[in-house]
Amino acid sequence: MTASQVIFYIIAGFILATGFLAVTASRIFRSAIWLLFSLIGIAALFFWMHLEFIAAVQITVYVGGIVVLIIFSIFLTQKSGAKMAKPARSRALFAGLAVLLGFALSFILISLYHFQAETSLALNAGVSDIGTQLMRTNGEGYALPLEVVSILLLAALIGCIVIAMKSKPAGKETTPEHLKGKSEEMINT
Amino acid sequence: MNNVPLVQILFVSTGLFFIGMYGLFSRRNLITILMSIELMLNSVNINFVAFNKYLYTTQLNGVIFTIFIITIAAAEAAVAIAIIINLYRSHHSIDVEDAGELKY
Repeated sequence: MTASQVIFYIIAGFILATGFLAVTASRIFRSAIWLLFSLIGIAALFFWMHLEFIAAVQITVYVGGIVVLIIFSIFLTQKSGAKMAKPARSRALFAGLAVLLGFALSFILISLYHFQAETSLALNAGVSDIGTQLMRTNGEGYALPLEVVSILLLAALIGCIVIAMKSKPAGKETTPEHLKGKSEEMINT
Repeated sequence: MNNVPLVQILFVSTGLFFIGMYGLFSRRNLITILMSIELMLNSVNINFVAFNKYLYTTQLNGVIFTIFIITIAAAEAAVAIAIIINLYRSHHSIDVEDAGELKY
């Protein structure tokens, strides 16, 4: 067993253990922190495969962006220290059963499938290679999907602002019942 | 890294996918459901990168797909959290059982 193998098994165990804790922890804030560790483990797996750029993107976008967004939304909507209700026993049982069956099926399918011979050629995945292929307009280039994704990102950004904006159209009362008195007081003062 | 066969990386990503699926089935809080979906998307990313690294070393298609998936996951998380905060504002709960008005 070489050092590379040992590192792979440590990373794999770390990812699976923290991922399992992320979906079973009873406090929602701890669940978010376990998710953070699982995502860091996946970034470590990308580093282990010598794909430094993807690992950096993973850390920047997931660990630095999405998890922080999730933690903010927990603070805005939940009592982060309180325990969540445990899932009903029957639901947890059937979820576990379905997951175990699905995992067994995938496991068998993967282990029976003969992948074509693994090449020993090294993959050139430097930033310049990725950028060149991403921007190329002919043949194997991805210029059009890149533009489509950028438009999607813009649309999602505007959509988020529109959805989360507090809107008060004229003639339509949107203030919830328990806040009505408060807002009227604020208007009066 | 060639000491570890491709199949073992696929087992890790399969395990992560089904852990995410367990969270999706058993949890009833919208934020934890979103976390489970993130885990599932990440397991797919591992698959794309591993296939690219082991089987198609002359191209970069898997890597570029991974970048697109990360982008779309970020957009999806942002929209989902905007919806969750809006739902909390109107229902004072983000439990999926309390948000059943579009059900019937």
